[in-house]
Amino acid sequence: MSGAGMRIGVVTFPGTLDDVDAARAARRAGAEAVELWHGDHDLRGVDAVVVPGGFSYGDYLRAGAIASQAPIMREVVDAAGRGMPVLGICNGFQILCEAGLLPGALVRNAGLHFVCRDQALRVESTSTAWTGGFTAGQEIVVPLKSGEGRYVADAATLAELEAEGRVVFRYVGGAPNGAMADIAGVASADGRVVGLMPHPEHAIDTLTGPTTDGLGLFTSVIGAAAAA
Amino acid sequence: MPKPEILDPQGQAVTRALARIGISGVADVRQGKHFELEVDDGLDDETLHRIAGDLLANPVIEDWTVTRV
Repeated sequence: MSGAGMRIGVVTFPGTLDDVDAARAARRAGAEAVELWHGDHDLRGVDAVVVPGGFSYGDYLRAGAIASQAPIMREVVDAAGRGMPVLGICNGFQILCEAGLLPGALVRNAGLHFVCRDQALRVESTSTAWTGGFTAGQEIVVPLKSGEGRYVADAATLAELEAEGRVVFRYVGGAPNGAMADIAGVASADGRVVGLMPHPEHAIDTLTGPTTDGLGLFTSVIGAAAAA
Repeated sequence: MPKPEILDPQGQAVTRALARIGISGVADVRQGKHFELEVDDGLDDETLHRIAGDLLANPVIEDWTVTRV
């Protein structure tokens, strides 16, 4: 398919906050944004999916735990298995970890404080569906706003992620939430599924965000589709 | 319960608060969750462990025990 006609689905759960900005980012990048509802078993023929941030189901049980069992997530997991690009942002990252699409987990920030600030990240891998348009080592600035953003995984998983180049984003200047190895975002083994705690969808327009750096994830997935 | 190797800042905050109310001798606090399920007599242990491992706990970061009362 060509990238110009790409349809990017954005999932809405009860308690999702950032679906509107994610859809706006997809449109700004040149794709068509398609609303996806948590209770449906229907991906509406989309070519990629964004699981956006917020507090799905009020973070009950654990952040992302209930959402990971929602009907739409069964479809997202199946589609990811077929190689569909999936991006999880903040609560979406937590949901993808809970759903088993990404390794590790996100737990309470080490300092217990909710962190809300513009955050510098280093793009560590450009071989994913969502980062092909960046250059390796490039630094970007996007908002970070989370209370349970500390990435943890066991030593074997961390070693595997590092060895396979699946750490996609790292906090510059140290993780403000105590994340292991300063990890801000990781990818699946095939590089099609990416999750990160900071919010690229809030950094697509200097009127409303610190930079336009976040748009690169959305233009990257369109570029990856055009090249396929 | 959070696994031993997982930093538990909430438990640490409770430890510090204990000192503030004048209690000494508590070296560490770990904070976890407790669920009470009312189940049919026929529900077997295997199913209870599935409930614990697949939904109630995240095995990446948490250990769990199942107790019938």
